Amino acid sequence: MNNFTYTPTNSAKEATRLRRETPAATYVAGATTLLDMMKVNLVEYPQLIDINALPLTGIEQTANGLRIGALERMSDVGEHRLVVAQYPAVSESLLLAASAQLRNMASIGGNLLQRTRCGYFRDAAFPCNKRVPGSGCPAQHGDNHGLAILGTSEACIAQTYPGDLSVALLAFDAVLTLENAKGKQRRVPITSFYVLPGQTPHQENILEPGELIVAVTIPAAEHARRSTYLKVRERTSYAYALASAAVGLDVQAGTIRSARVALGGVGTIPWRSPEAEKILTGAPATDETFRAAAAAALRGAQPREHNGYKVQLAQNTLVRALQNVATT
Amino acid sequence: MTDSPAFEPSKGGVVGQPVNRVDGHAKVTGQAQYAAEYLLPNLTYAALKTSSIAKGRLKSIDTAAALREPGVLAVFTHENLPKMAQTPNTLAGKYAIYGMHMAFMPLTGNEIFYSAQPVAVVVADTFERATQAAALVQVTYEEARPVASYQSANAEVFDPNGQGYVFDLKKVVRGNPQASLAASAVQVKATYVHPINHHNPMEPGATIAHWEAPDRVTVYDSTQAVAMAQSSLATILGLPQEQVRVVTKFIGGGFGCKFNLWPHTVLATLAAKAVGRPVKLVLTRQQMFTSLGHREDQEQTITLGARQDGKLTTLIHEKTSTTSPWDIFAEPNGAILNWLYACPNYQSSHRVARANVMTSTYMRAPGESPGSVAMECGLDELAAKLGLDPLEIRLRNYANLDPGTGQPWSSKGLKECYARGAELFGWSKRSLEPGVTRDGRLLVGWGMATASYPVRPAQGRARVRLYADGHALVQTSATDLGTGTYTVITQVAADALGLPMANVRFELGDSNLPTAPASGSSVAAATVSSSVYLAIQDVWQRLTALAVRDSQSPLFKALPADVVREQDQLVLKKNPSKREKFSALLQRQGLADIEGVGNSKSGEGYEADQIAFDNKPGTKQTKRSMYSFGVHFCEVKVDPDLGTVHVTRWVSVMDGGRILNSKTARSQIIGGSIMGIGAALMEGTNRDEQYARYTNADLAGYHVPINADIPDMQVEFIDGHDPYVNAMGVKGIGEVAMVGTVAAVANAVYHATGKRVRSFPIVPSKVLGSDAV
Repeated sequence: MNNFTYTPTNSAKEATRLRRETPAATYVAGATTLLDMMKVNLVEYPQLIDINALPLTGIEQTANGLRIGALERMSDVGEHRLVVAQYPAVSESLLLAASAQLRNMASIGGNLLQRTRCGYFRDAAFPCNKRVPGSGCPAQHGDNHGLAILGTSEACIAQTYPGDLSVALLAFDAVLTLENAKGKQRRVPITSFYVLPGQTPHQENILEPGELIVAVTIPAAEHARRSTYLKVRERTSYAYALASAAVGLDVQAGTIRSARVALGGVGTIPWRSPEAEKILTGAPATDETFRAAAAAALRGAQPREHNGYKVQLAQNTLVRALQNVATT
Repeated sequence: MTDSPAFEPSKGGVVGQPVNRVDGHAKVTGQAQYAAEYLLPNLTYAALKTSSIAKGRLKSIDTAAALREPGVLAVFTHENLPKMAQTPNTLAGKYAIYGMHMAFMPLTGNEIFYSAQPVAVVVADTFERATQAAALVQVTYEEARPVASYQSANAEVFDPNGQGYVFDLKKVVRGNPQASLAASAVQVKATYVHPINHHNPMEPGATIAHWEAPDRVTVYDSTQAVAMAQSSLATILGLPQEQVRVVTKFIGGGFGCKFNLWPHTVLATLAAKAVGRPVKLVLTRQQMFTSLGHREDQEQTITLGARQDGKLTTLIHEKTSTTSPWDIFAEPNGAILNWLYACPNYQSSHRVARANVMTSTYMRAPGESPGSVAMECGLDELAAKLGLDPLEIRLRNYANLDPGTGQPWSSKGLKECYARGAELFGWSKRSLEPGVTRDGRLLVGWGMATASYPVRPAQGRARVRLYADGHALVQTSATDLGTGTYTVITQVAADALGLPMANVRFELGDSNLPTAPASGSSVAAATVSSSVYLAIQDVWQRLTALAVRDSQSPLFKALPADVVREQDQLVLKKNPSKREKFSALLQRQGLADIEGVGNSKSGEGYEADQIAFDNKPGTKQTKRSMYSFGVHFCEVKVDPDLGTVHVTRWVSVMDGGRILNSKTARSQIIGGSIMGIGAALMEGTNRDEQYARYTNADLAGYHVPINADIPDMQVEFIDGHDPYVNAMGVKGIGEVAMVGTVAAVANAVYHATGKRVRSFPIVPSKVLGSDAV
């Protein structure tokens, strides 16, 4: 870990100003991912701008849906009664993530910016296009057991976002509120927040330098009320998903009126499946429909040597999640 | 008092009772001092710079930037590391050092043999400055193609033919296995594949080296073996043993990785001498994967031959595994097959390949644990083939004598373990057919496996000082891995002295104290409890000698052999009204205290002494085979669509001889079983084939079980005192706890699904689909 300056701030204006003065600086909230990476010299920042005192908290009902401040903690949001009632999948995605200790520290904004768990990214001794552009991607022919099968490229097959929350937010059309150094806000749907790796896997999202995530808003919807998040992993807790599914169904008299499907653990970015949603919408809520939707969701999969199992696992995970939500 | 009889439990005594840990309060209040927690004046901090390649040479190493950092005192590389009186860099050198496991010391040359090999040690006045400076050491390499493992295309697999370190790895043959196999009615052949496992104790390797004089050093080290570390360091430093002191008051787990002396302890000690200030070196979690060894990656093939009724005729075991560039080390998996079941024909052999990896080492039940996977899964496969119940096939092959030697057992409560375990688990309700029991969507499976581990020979000493005020100090150099040594020895001493536990203080973990064996191979509780017991017998004999010569004592002129102890009193056997408290005797004698010493042997050596002592001319007593035994029963629920496996019930019943504390013993068995569940279902260190470097070397990537993976576990003991093993009758339970556990889980997964997964860990990707794995 390098030496750095630590600067607590209490307004977005001051935070973004500091960041403008020192472009190489970074914001820090819960620090649950940042310090891990600094300790093993994966990243170096001359300055950490602590934004924990910024007034970016609060979970409130708005005309656009439920607005969650970016500095709310994962555990508080996951257990919040409005989240549990209106967006069960979001609540479950938070409470199935990380450990109790980490959930108590990690902020919602920080969670959306967590970095990949690819072993090649996490060890500076390996080449990694995401970490050092152009250095190579040993994961293509190496230990890719846990890595992505959708949205991959020859440059990168890592899950840019390995976690859970964004998968649920993606399913339910959440919108991020971002604020830049001039204090100007813009609203960006999470569907266009993450960027496919392509030839530039070091570019992970559309945040501009210095821009802060200040809030997440999730629109109200019947399919969000009737939703679930299912996570499959190699131990029961404190592990990243091999495959996960955030699904929501609005079923009336056995027919699906609207459906939302997003997958985690299998895409280089959280993976929404309009193909699956198209099959589900207007179809009877049966296992046959669910299996057809799952097959459609994974149709473009490109597994490598050790992650072929994910094609079947992700389909089964999706089918099970749809079954679970259809019977509630 | 007569000569040291074997321990007998006293009425109302605390031995065996589920007493709470005597060090529990100190631990939960942060008062227990671990190796890295001695805040010495002028303490400095060391950080390691490690290689980013697995094979090649250092082209250059530039320390200028690191040395310019404020607070940096020194940077050591192969160019300026202080000289050692003895290095382990040859096999002869390693053997001379005795406690060094690896025949290689980093920073002694410019060659790179394994990835993350230390190439520089930075010492600074703070931890932060040391770690930052270490990152600033600039290294360039001349890189060569490494060998990643025995499975690599460029690996050369060979028969070590007796050249193995510690375990000779010779081919062992009993009977005529090839002929008996050919003639057997049923045969099963199966290969099981295991990844690297890492011990991952909570406390990392940690050292503080403090040179108190130019020729005298105290080393606070997280080691299971205080005395061995002391003698090893003395040899390396060229000092008399007495001038090296090793202190280890508390350990946060070891599981074998802290048994031997490893390079980081030596590097910290050499650095401290050079900078003239105490140096602290704590390994990072990432460095824990490349500093204290591991359980080697391996595959093992078992071939079983049997009669139609399930009686074994043949057991053949072949193992192939990865070893390091310098050492030939492999766990002797085949050994357990030689004693576990009555089988007349047996063969075991090993093959190894050198790879660019550090030397693997002992990990909980080295040999027996993975070996029992081959034996117990193989036997399960045989039972399935014959349509026999897995417990029934074990009973049909029950060994009433040690099949390897023909000797009787010192004690064997395995049948009782089977019966009690089956009763607790409800085993009789198990369906013979696999894949037919359901709980909703989930498949339910029941598996079981036998556990066994030898009573290894060991020897150790203890000293007991009994004060006239009714308190006692008990001392040995033993260590407490966290398993309860402090507690169980205090219980033994309290009972043997007739004092309440609160009046007994047990001090351990210091090489200045009487030498005890390492905590390892399940010898600590057995040997240390016996030596303390014998030291206390010595105290009572000395007190008796004083009393019978003391004209004011009620025991004056009594024959020592007629005097017995009751609680804290000496009593005349023939006339119990004649008695005296030791405190009264000492006070009258003007003695503030009295000391006794005890030397105990455990295992073969103890028995040999007993036989020699008991033998009357013309008689010959039989030697006995000494083992702990037990059985594990496991229920799993498998989601056939998602491939997930959960252990939902667990029963262990163990025969470990005398159980000194039923609560800490239960915790040992639970711990070993959880370690087995981890190895069965989730643990494995992955390595990139091209770079020969780990890809999941931290606790986020290397999955050890968490609470939600573990059900409530039922543990019972067949409590029995084994008179042949040591004065206390303790056989040991730390290692046997893990033996059989991996197989019990794997067998349950088979019973649930009908699919044999022979590659560990059994993660969802292997459970899914119909392919054999």
